[in-house]
Parts: sequence; C-alpha cells; structure tokens
Amino acid sequence: MGYKIEVDLDLCQGHAMCEVEAPDYFNVPKRGQVEILNDAPPQEDRAEIEQAVWACPTQALSIREEDD
Amino acid sequence: MTTAIVPRVSGGEHEHGHLEEFRTDPIGLMQRVRDECGDVGIFQLAGKQVVFLSGAEANEFFFRSSDDDLDQAAAYPFMTPIFGQGVVFDTDPERRKEMLHNAALRGEQMKGHATTIEREVHRMIADWGDKGEIDLLDFFAELTIYTSSACLIGKKFREQLDGRFARLYHQLEQGTDPLCYVDPYLPIESFRLRDEARLGLVELVQEIMNDRIVNPPRDKGDRDMLDVLVTIRDDEGNPRFSANEITGMFISMMFAGHHTSSGTASWTLIEMLRYPDVYADVVAELEELYADGQEVSFHALRQIPKLENVLKETLRLHPPLIILMRVAKGEFEVAGYAIHEGEMVAASPAISNRIAEDFPDPDGFVPDRYEKPRQEDLINRWTWIPFGAGRHRCVGAAFATMQIKAIFSVLLREYALEMAQPSESYQNDHSKMVVQLAQPAKVRYRSRRRSAATSNWRG
Repeated sequence: MGYKIEVDLDLCQGHAMCEVEAPDYFNVPKRGQVEILNDAPPQEDRAEIEQAVWACPTQALSIREEDD
Repeated sequence: MTTAIVPRVSGGEHEHGHLEEFRTDPIGLMQRVRDECGDVGIFQLAGKQVVFLSGAEANEFFFRSSDDDLDQAAAYPFMTPIFGQGVVFDTDPERRKEMLHNAALRGEQMKGHATTIEREVHRMIADWGDKGEIDLLDFFAELTIYTSSACLIGKKFREQLDGRFARLYHQLEQGTDPLCYVDPYLPIESFRLRDEARLGLVELVQEIMNDRIVNPPRDKGDRDMLDVLVTIRDDEGNPRFSANEITGMFISMMFAGHHTSSGTASWTLIEMLRYPDVYADVVAELEELYADGQEVSFHALRQIPKLENVLKETLRLHPPLIILMRVAKGEFEVAGYAIHEGEMVAASPAISNRIAEDFPDPDGFVPDRYEKPRQEDLINRWTWIPFGAGRHRCVGAAFATMQIKAIFSVLLREYALEMAQPSESYQNDHSKMVVQLAQPAKVRYRSRRRSAATSNWRG
C-alpha cells in the first residue's frame, strides 16, 4: 500500500517549510509555489514527508493513501 | 436562481448607522448579526453597508476570493495615515506581503529568527531579579518591537532602538478609532496622538539615518537594509527616500506582526494562569523537552504539542484581528444572497471561531480539542480562522507560532508567574480597530532557579 503527496495550490504561499523538512521531495523557488519533485515517495521516507506536511503553515499539503 | 436581499441587523438608527456600537462593542454587534440574520447579514458603518459573513460556506467564498474580486487596500482607511500618505511603499497589501515574505519569512530563516527571539527575551528579563511585577501590555509590546525589528528589518537597526520607539509605536497603533470610516483625519484625540507619534518615529529614524550616513558600513557583513536605503539617489542625485518615507516602510513591515504577536503572547500567558493544570502541564512538557540540552532555536521549530494546543485555543478565543474587511469589486452571490459592487464585505475570526456547531463548548478553554482525532482547527478550515484562511492567510503564521514557542520556552523555565489582579479583569480594549490588552494587566513573577528548592509558592 503506497501513498501520494497532494498540494492545494490555492493555499500554498511558498513558505518553503516543506523544503526545510524534506528537501529531496519539495522545491520552493524564491517567488513561487511548491514543486513536488516526486509525489510517490518510498515508505521509508514516510516520517519525513509527514513532518513536511505538518510543518506547512497553510495546510496546503496532504497525504493520500493509495490502495494498490 | 434568484438572489435574496441581505437582511439588516437591528439597531443603528443613528447618523452613522452602527458605528457607535461598533466602537464600543464590536463583537456584540457582529454576534447579533449572526444571531438575527444568519451567515449573511448587513450592518452599517458610517456611509458604508457592510455585508457580514460567518460560517463555513460564506467564509470559504470570502477567503477564496482574489484581490481583484474583494479588494483589501480600500477596506482599511485607518492604515494610510499610519504608513504615511504618498509613501511609495504604500502599495497594495498583496505586494507588500509578498516582499516581506520573500525577504524574511522563508523557512530557512526561521532558525536564525528563533535564536534572535530567545536573545531578546533574555535581554528583556535581564534586570528582573528574583521577583517583581510587570504589565503584560508594556512588556510584550516592547519585546515584540525588538523581535519584529530584528527579524524583519535587521539586527543592526534593532540595536539602535529603545523603549521610546516601542512607546511611540504603541501610540500609533492606538490611532485606529473606527471613526476612520467617517474620515481618518477627523480632529479627534486618537488621530492627533497618532500623527504626533508618527512624527516622533520619523525623528528617531532620522537620527539613525544621520548616524548611518556619517558612519557607513565597514563591509558587506555590516550593512543592513537602512544602510542601502540611505545611499540610493534619484536622477538629480538627491537622496531617493526621506526619513518620512523610510519610517513609513518600516512601520508597514512591522505592523501586521506587532500588535498581533504582543496580544497573543499576553493572552497565552493569561489563559495558562487561569488554568493552573494546563500551566503545570506546559512547564513539565518544556522541562522534559529541554532536558536533551538542545537550544531554543532547535525546539521552537519542532513540535511542542501541549504549548501549541494552548496557543491554538488562545488564538481561537482571543484572535488578534476580530474583523477582516474587503470592498466588493463586482457583483457576487453568497449562500443565495447578492453582494453588490462597492459594498464592504467582512468576516470575523471572533465570531466564526466560536460557532457552537463547529466548536463544542465554544466559550470554554479546551486545548484538547486539537488532539487527534478531534483536530478542530484542521476539520474547520473555514471557521477556525485566527490567521484567516485560503490565499490571504497570514504569511507570518509560522513565524508567529515559532515566536510564541521561543518566548515561553525561555519565560516559563526561568520564572514562575501568577496573576496580580482578578482573573476576569484581564480584558481587551475594543475601542480601536487595532485591539490591544486593556491596562492594567499585571502579573507577578518569581525566579524558579533560586527559589525552586524551598518554595511551593505556586501551589
């Protein structure tokens, strides 16, 4: 069972807190919104991704469970 | 589908409609709008109809709207005399927000800010001694002048400020009487003091500028924003920015984060003092957390669950901005009602944060409501709105949260605090658009380090 990272770009303000927590998966350019570098990370990075989702000040990020 | 006419709340038969009531009991007025009219109702502020929205559906419309549809700039007439008329920086709030955001509020800057805040708290309490008494408004309003100037403008500028700047800045914030909706330049005391305070701030900034011109920075590392601003010339070779303009820029950079953080720090402490069990839990949490020997700049950026829940509940009950306003730039429909171009549109954290259907025991202080699985802040994303929501959500929210965690990481471990006046006498002053703690708001402190072994003073 995998999971996917989702973003609501209506809410992202480009704080880059996610990038601080998980730089391998999030990039936030100086004037812009988040780019998700890989939206389906492996299970071993789940804790890091959850920390990034928690750290987002606008709750723009979320995790969706994938049942495959 | 036909749209209904928005109902008008009772009262407000005076010349300026509900303005007098808004100046004395704004929360009472807004609650009556919701009670009588529901999610969409009208009250009258001087010559303007204000379409007042509450509840998830109406709030979602409000917070998802762009500046082209619901304009912020025109909705806050009290800001122009504070920033200064004709100041270049007085552009639209979105642009200002973006500049501040890109300059000082990105994630990678937070660790440095936390270190700065920790140091500023230590400086403020350096002369406290073993025990004494402070006024919360005086203390936190001054502390947050130092933290916001150091973090948002520059440490070098902060080093040139003292209590005078803090007092003038507070006097300026007091110049936000809702009579500004009649005319922000009326000859009333509040506005006279505002203009006097602004002149005082310009004088202080002018002194600092003169010093910078005489003593230019030794190297790049010694240069801050003000050093750069004083060297910029226009086409004729004259200084591009006057002290008046630079003061306006600095005032506007600090404005959104100052009274809001100051008030929130005060109320976070007041609520903990009202609930000794919660206070004890937070102190125990901090003791345990910092037993690992890490710095404040480490833990303030990470989870401090009990303190965070206390902060969330404090913000729900005492949101620093009680009303958010816009001006409609077109025709809209909300929950079956029509909003017309030119009308003011408002949402209220003070009202929506206490909707009983979303927040059981709405007037109670219940930090546990943020625990899984309740998580009432996340579940009610359009009604738990101390920071606003959607695309206009406060860009300083992460900074503000970190700041509270840093302040109390220092304060609660160094000192034990207790109320120095009756619990219910801690109140907000709602007579101005900028809500501040009413004075007196005294608390007593006693050092925990020296007295810990012998004192059971808090029991």
